[in-house]
Amino acid sequence: MNTAALAAIPTATPAATPAATGTGVNGVALTVLIVLFLVVTGLGFWATRWRRADSMESLDEWGLGGRRFGTWVTWFLLGGDLYTAYTFVAVPAAMFATGAVAGFFAVPYTIVLYPIIFIFMSRLWSVSHRHGYVTPADFVKGRYNSKLLTLAVSVTGILATMPYIALQLVGIQAVLEVAGVGGSQNIIAKDAPLFIAFALLAAYTYSSGLRAPAVIAFVKDTLIYLVIIVAIIYLPGKIAGGWDAIFGAAEAKMAKPSLADPSKPTGAFIPGAAQHWAYATLALGSALALFMYPHSITATLSSQNRNTIRRNASILPAYSFVLGLLALLGWVAIAAGTKPIGLDGKPNAQLVIPQLFEDMFPSWFAGVAFAAVAIGALVPAAIMSIAAANTFTRNIYRDLIKPNASHAEEAKVSKLVSLLVKAFALIFVLTLDKQNAINFQLLGGIWILQTFPSIVFSLYTRWFHRRALFVGWLVGMIYGTYAAYNVASPATKHFGGSLANMPVIGKLGYIAMSAFVINILVAVIITVILNALKVSNGRDDTIKGDYFADAGDPRVEKHRDMDDQLTAGPVT
Amino acid sequence: MSNDREVDHDTIPPANKGLLAAAGVLLAIPIIALMWVSSYAKVEPKLGGWPFFIWYQFLWVFLCSAMTYTAYRLVLKARPHRPMHREADRDGDEVAR
Repeated sequence: MNTAALAAIPTATPAATPAATGTGVNGVALTVLIVLFLVVTGLGFWATRWRRADSMESLDEWGLGGRRFGTWVTWFLLGGDLYTAYTFVAVPAAMFATGAVAGFFAVPYTIVLYPIIFIFMSRLWSVSHRHGYVTPADFVKGRYNSKLLTLAVSVTGILATMPYIALQLVGIQAVLEVAGVGGSQNIIAKDAPLFIAFALLAAYTYSSGLRAPAVIAFVKDTLIYLVIIVAIIYLPGKIAGGWDAIFGAAEAKMAKPSLADPSKPTGAFIPGAAQHWAYATLALGSALALFMYPHSITATLSSQNRNTIRRNASILPAYSFVLGLLALLGWVAIAAGTKPIGLDGKPNAQLVIPQLFEDMFPSWFAGVAFAAVAIGALVPAAIMSIAAANTFTRNIYRDLIKPNASHAEEAKVSKLVSLLVKAFALIFVLTLDKQNAINFQLLGGIWILQTFPSIVFSLYTRWFHRRALFVGWLVGMIYGTYAAYNVASPATKHFGGSLANMPVIGKLGYIAMSAFVINILVAVIITVILNALKVSNGRDDTIKGDYFADAGDPRVEKHRDMDDQLTAGPVT
Repeated sequence: MSNDREVDHDTIPPANKGLLAAAGVLLAIPIIALMWVSSYAKVEPKLGGWPFFIWYQFLWVFLCSAMTYTAYRLVLKARPHRPMHREADRDGDEVAR
């Protein structure tokens, strides 16, 4: 899930007072965590044999699992991909720290998401099937043959994905910290667990490609459902007064004056009239943006036919339900008096869910819960690194450096780049302040939405001019970055959140949406001018029927050889 | 290789417009309902201690899922798949595949 907007949560919760709770190594929980982690590692390496292909030497096999995942595999894969470990840590943390606007918007976001993708994703699947597209930038290139626009879409995709991978590491760190591993004593002992976990992930992603996260997603999603359903049934019973007390405690906390700025309340129990626009634009903007990320598109294109994604649009909300329950656990933590204190002795709202589990569950089940979050980080990290690597290979390496790269060469480059991407994310998290990763992730959400017109509008029409789309993108990027730069919060002077006053409307709203509207307006105006001047809009490789093709329909002739390479062939 | 393509595939496959519109309405309802924040940003009526704001949005998870599934059945019916063929069977291996 795009958690960009959650960056607004201050990492320090002033309300909590440092206390010596929850420190020290939790042996039983840690053992359970390690055992489950090893099981998953084994599965990751085994995945290369799962639905074995004759050759993994192409992006279709390594990067898209042979394009033949059925409804249920896709459900697990997309669920594992979109609802990331960072989401599971950050959404309840936001509920705990500042309440409904920053946290609960995740629920309407992940509801309206599915009707939206229902509308256009099967078109993208069809045209990608016909033309062998692996990334959204591939499609934009085929539609306009514009190097500039293709580059804009691919670079935005890579830039938005990188900090997202880094945040998955932050998710693992949160769990390890509460389990008592990774104290600040010495550099090597502190970071070694994270380093080992990521090295193993990199190794099996390298060998198994998209099959690795697809197999691990089964374990991840099962654990997540198990833990959250148990938590939501078991924990309120342990709190005197049950749900009434939980909502009461949340309401009381949110109404208290904020410690950072006593003139304002701590947060929102229910969004006030001034916050309705913020709540709605956060939900809608995040929903529009999510499937512009390369990793969401990778998981969609790996499905076996045009309608897999549509069927999934009606069953994926199961995850939204669980996410909503998880969000409420942030309020359960308020009632339970959870004190999220890091190993450095400072309060850190991000630790609230792991801390709640450690305080309230028996050790062994806390271990299962920790494993769910840690493994929850591996699936999206793997898919994101594959997607970023595919984008680099297809839209930078092949388009700009080596136009005649063979399928095998593409797979080789992509595998290497997937390692680089993960190494970069690791260095990013280990050397820079965590706040940097959060800032960039916030920007990433704003940026990625600016590729929406080039990708989605182009699935329907070539009325928009390629240069107009490019300028619209550029203006949206600049406006969004500038607006985000100017947001201050108690924790940070710049990039302090994703809400700013919207032009014209004058209410607080999601910056990405304002930038998106400006982007479209610019694109429309320039299109009208360029079309009036009859400026060429580039060559279109696609025909209308391509947008309705299904499995079994042949690829266009240029890409026929891949039809013959794919082991199982299309499923009819 | 556009000159190889059968001309008729450069058209949108025929569809039942009424069914498509019905599906569109079903998809639009949850979006409109949830964007209309002032309609549900309130505490009462509570349900088992849960504020309206919370349980109402949970309710939409199920309503939206049902509407999306109905829309799925409708679009399948509205636009049957129009198969594409390997143009002109030039490689002659269509049957073998």
